[in-house]
Amino acid sequence: MTQQFYVSPEQLMKDRADFARKGIARGRSVVVISCRDGIALVAENASPSLHKIGEIYDKIAFAAVGKYNEFESLRQAGVRYADVRGYSYDREDVTARGLASVYAQSLGAVFTAEQKPFEVELAVAEVGQAQEADHLYRLTFDGSIADEHGFIVMGGQADKVSEAVAAGWQGELDFAGAIRLALAGLVADKETTTLPVSALEVAVLDRGSESGRGTRRAFRRLEDPDIVALLAEEK
Amino acid sequence: MQETTANRVAANATSSFTEHLQRERPDLMPFGQVPFNQLPAGGHAGQPGAPLQAPHGTTIVAMTYAGGVLMAGDRRATMGNVIASRHIEKVFPADQYSVLGIAGTAGIALDITRLFQVELEHYEKIEGTLLSLDGKANRLGAMVRGNLPMAMQGLAVVPLFAGFDRPAGFGRLFSYDVTGGRYEEQEHHAVGSGSMFARGALKKLWRPGLSEQDAVAVAVEALYDAADDDSATGGPDPVRQLWPVVYIVNRTGAFRVPDRDLAAVAGRVIESRTVAQREA
Repeated sequence: MTQQFYVSPEQLMKDRADFARKGIARGRSVVVISCRDGIALVAENASPSLHKIGEIYDKIAFAAVGKYNEFESLRQAGVRYADVRGYSYDREDVTARGLASVYAQSLGAVFTAEQKPFEVELAVAEVGQAQEADHLYRLTFDGSIADEHGFIVMGGQADKVSEAVAAGWQGELDFAGAIRLALAGLVADKETTTLPVSALEVAVLDRGSESGRGTRRAFRRLEDPDIVALLAEEK
Repeated sequence: MQETTANRVAANATSSFTEHLQRERPDLMPFGQVPFNQLPAGGHAGQPGAPLQAPHGTTIVAMTYAGGVLMAGDRRATMGNVIASRHIEKVFPADQYSVLGIAGTAGIALDITRLFQVELEHYEKIEGTLLSLDGKANRLGAMVRGNLPMAMQGLAVVPLFAGFDRPAGFGRLFSYDVTGGRYEEQEHHAVGSGSMFARGALKKLWRPGLSEQDAVAVAVEALYDAADDDSATGGPDPVRQLWPVVYIVNRTGAFRVPDRDLAAVAGRVIESRTVAQREA
């Protein structure tokens, strides 16, 4: 029988955290920005079908970085949680806070109990009637949860991207402005100054979806031509 | 087959909200909670053999028109000889490109509608694409089939489903029987207690290539005729300003016809009938 070496709990947790951090930093960044028109979610993603951004419920969206299979299973679990909750109570009773706390518990349980932690970082965004009522939650691989104000940057060289976004962020931005700002952030860690539209995944949570489009579902994925048209608008 | 992690994951992967609910929260299902052989015999305490008294929704009409399909329902629910509701709405958008109308036991029908709406939205969110119109129609059939034990207790639900088939570019209609049988209908159809009168009216009023406005007028008049002869169907009510619920579905989506337009259409039907001075 092989000898089991003693590893201190501190060392074990540190090793797991380092492992997860490395995995997350390998990917590309995702930016979530709260603005006047709603919440813009922008990801650098070359695949048109393997999404990093998704709709969870009427006012709630999901964005993730890290391993696709891991965050995709979390996204689907989130959609199931939200739909069951909305079906058994009422659509109003599904909140980002409830969802984020379920995510935090699952991530925390996986971090301590499973063979390897999830190499993911998540953002749960909920658009409110007014900008003060927007909620942005950041969830990390160990189950920590943070209530962020204004914007979230995750994955890749998050520090550099975050600096660039922080420099330009203001509450009065419209969607075009917020997406431009996110793009400026995403190129902060690169040689180039622009990204092709095909390398972007953009979605919005529209604050005025009920009055503007007559639907309570605020989530809208922007196709490539929509993004081009939006970015071409007057500044 | 060997019980491996991969098999377990594959078995749990479902895009259907109903399947998920059946597995995880069967108590929330509108039907199928009690095994068929454990259901009480028809009737209720004190009056064995008498049917359970619960509100019943009545007439729904649907038809194709030049740009898509239209569905309309009256506003009455009855319980025996009593009017249980004058305001009930029995036609609902199922998703962006389809609508359903329900006749039968109102309580179960409303829950099945809600489940069906979540089912379609859930699929769309999980898969990232809309279910095909045939796929939607089949899912609804499975739900009606699930309600068969209740139907045999006298609590039947009979929906009518209509949607715009985007790849094909035209509107389609589906009717169901209590066993979940799905039948594609041509031109027009009606379900519920007043359906034979409504269908008679539709046969005379409907014609191919109706415009959207004409189709709305035909639907309102067919419901008027149903209400004329069937006591369980409510006619337009100018006193309470109650008009049928009418949805149109075309290439751009499903929309409810505003009450303002319906008031005008119903007013014209009543006026023309008054002018004609016919007794029957």
